[in-house]
Amino acid sequence: MITQLIDYLQERLQTVKVLSAIAVAVMLVWTIVGVDTSHAHTWMEAHIPGFWAIFTLLACLVLIFFAKWFGNSGIMTREDYYDD
Amino acid sequence: MTTSFIHPALILICGALLLPCIKEPFRKLYLCSVPLLTFLDVIYLNWHPGVHGVVLFMDKWTLTFGRVDNLSMIFGFIMALMAIIGTVYGLHVRDNWQHIAAWFYVAGSLGVIYSGDYLVLFLFWEIMAFASTFLIWFNTDKGALAAGYRYLLVHTFGGVLLLLGFVLRYQATGDLSFVQLDQQNTQLFTWLIMAGLMLNAAVPPLHSWLPDAYSKATVTGSVFMCAFTTKTAVYTLARGFAGFDILIVLGVIMAIYGIIYAMMENDIRKLLGWEIVSQVGYMVAGVGIGTALAINGTCAHAFAHILYKGLLFMAAGAVIHSTGKSKFTELGGLYRKMPNTLFFMVIGGISVSAFPFFSGFVSKSMIITASFESHFMVAGFLLTLVSIGTFLVAGLRLPYLIFFGEDRCSTETREKAADPPWNMHMAMAAAAFLCLLVGCYLPFLYSMLPNPEVAYHPYGAYHLSETLQILAFTALAFIFLKHKLGAKASISLDLDWFYRMAGRGFLWLAQNPIQWVDTAWGSAYRVVGLYSLMIIAKFWSWFDWHGIDGVVDGTARCVQACGRRITVVLQKGHIQQTIYFSVTFAAILLISYVCL
Repeated sequence: MITQLIDYLQERLQTVKVLSAIAVAVMLVWTIVGVDTSHAHTWMEAHIPGFWAIFTLLACLVLIFFAKWFGNSGIMTREDYYDD
Repeated sequence: MTTSFIHPALILICGALLLPCIKEPFRKLYLCSVPLLTFLDVIYLNWHPGVHGVVLFMDKWTLTFGRVDNLSMIFGFIMALMAIIGTVYGLHVRDNWQHIAAWFYVAGSLGVIYSGDYLVLFLFWEIMAFASTFLIWFNTDKGALAAGYRYLLVHTFGGVLLLLGFVLRYQATGDLSFVQLDQQNTQLFTWLIMAGLMLNAAVPPLHSWLPDAYSKATVTGSVFMCAFTTKTAVYTLARGFAGFDILIVLGVIMAIYGIIYAMMENDIRKLLGWEIVSQVGYMVAGVGIGTALAINGTCAHAFAHILYKGLLFMAAGAVIHSTGKSKFTELGGLYRKMPNTLFFMVIGGISVSAFPFFSGFVSKSMIITASFESHFMVAGFLLTLVSIGTFLVAGLRLPYLIFFGEDRCSTETREKAADPPWNMHMAMAAAAFLCLLVGCYLPFLYSMLPNPEVAYHPYGAYHLSETLQILAFTALAFIFLKHKLGAKASISLDLDWFYRMAGRGFLWLAQNPIQWVDTAWGSAYRVVGLYSLMIIAKFWSWFDWHGIDGVVDGTARCVQACGRRITVVLQKGHIQQTIYFSVTFAAILLISYVCL
């Protein structure tokens, strides 16, 4: 059943993408218009629309590129490093 | 000692000792019933809070085996519950020793949780360390033996720190009770005890043992290990070090550190190990914040974490069990082969990523809220950043690299891949159900929290909107950047490099200079010592032969000659002479006897 569901969705990838984009857009509009941010912990959360969306994108960029840089700086090494 | 108190650890230990006597067809039933009985005992204890099992030891020390209070209740509950799930997961394992080691390990954990003083704590602490080492050693894969030794050595070191700490504290205060330590008046023993406990919680720089050991344990062993050691340590930190500011810093560092390493990792269970380091970071930070909400958050997150991390380790174990592979570079595209495992791994992944209606959502946010409310803004934002990383790694990267994307499996691996046996399914289903239950039915978890007076409502509109934004945009970022998080055949160097290299240095030292000195000494001994010894031995041999033997043999020869002479003189064959000598001899004897 799970396999069939995944195959079903993969066959209609374009529709899934469009629906997901609509869902995200609706969610974003709701968070900006419909959610009371007056009880947020910081000024930024209360006054920047879609603060957590921006924060998330920046965080992903920072995490992924930092991990990449950190790994390539010599931390990631060959698998048999300790076997010699 | 209260007569109705039976320590849950005792049930497991006795159960483990009796296990070899139980034969099929009762064995599986017995395997299920022992942890179940332990769980029932824990529930019974939760109904009877107080101090039980107090024993006077050597007329001097009061040992407390059963401190049942708000903090120990929730940890005892989840540990006993996980013992059932873990045992069911390992039901197919025929080797009794693995079950015995696992039960002793859980017994150690429960013993620590209910202990009221450092002596009992230390006893069970060491039981945990030794029993869990066997869960690594029972794995026959390459590298497991060495990993087990490293694990044991590191934990022995941690145990010594703890021992030093509480002995110094006893010397200074005369007190062995395990209670909150004074933050205002810290002593050397405070830091030693903290370091000893932190080692088990895998707080940097004492963390490298965790991914190293958990990735090398047996499939079922790692399911046990992921639940008990670190969370028991979190419990002890919450008990002794609540409100210690340094723990906030260390907790945030370990949360970030773990997630960065998890992003680079190629081994499934090592990735999950790094995830544990990261998630335990939240708990350590929560302990450091120390407010009622933060401690509640720590306990709730430990509770939720045991379930979803157990589920993730079980799903990862199912993949390893069927394919025999644990590296992303040897897996991929397996969703058709193992759909149920995929389902359970996704449930675990979205629970750890704090999806609404799943366990992480109602627990993790409590710690983040507590940090914002206590004005630790940087910590709050950094922990949120880590939760984004968590979704990237455990919610997306992990299932993607195993079940979707490029198929990197060999033909053999693809043929072997299949969903696991029924007992593994049952254990995963139970854990998945509990993840959902914790997220949907709040009183189940919240009624057990140590500070029930603090209200927390996770399902507010603002928290939901924040979470949905984070999840949606993390997924978006993953879609565009997933090639940066791909599988790469590599290992990541970590601080264990130092002790591995130190160990290697010691080995070199032993094999080269020390061996050379030993060889030289052996040669010198052979040349000088052995030669002179032979000379001396030869001399004594000569002396023995010619001196001592000469005297002895000479005396013997003399006696023999005298005897022969006497025979010649006295026994000539004449009967009269013989009678004469005999009578004379008898007369002399008689006279001598009479006279004397």
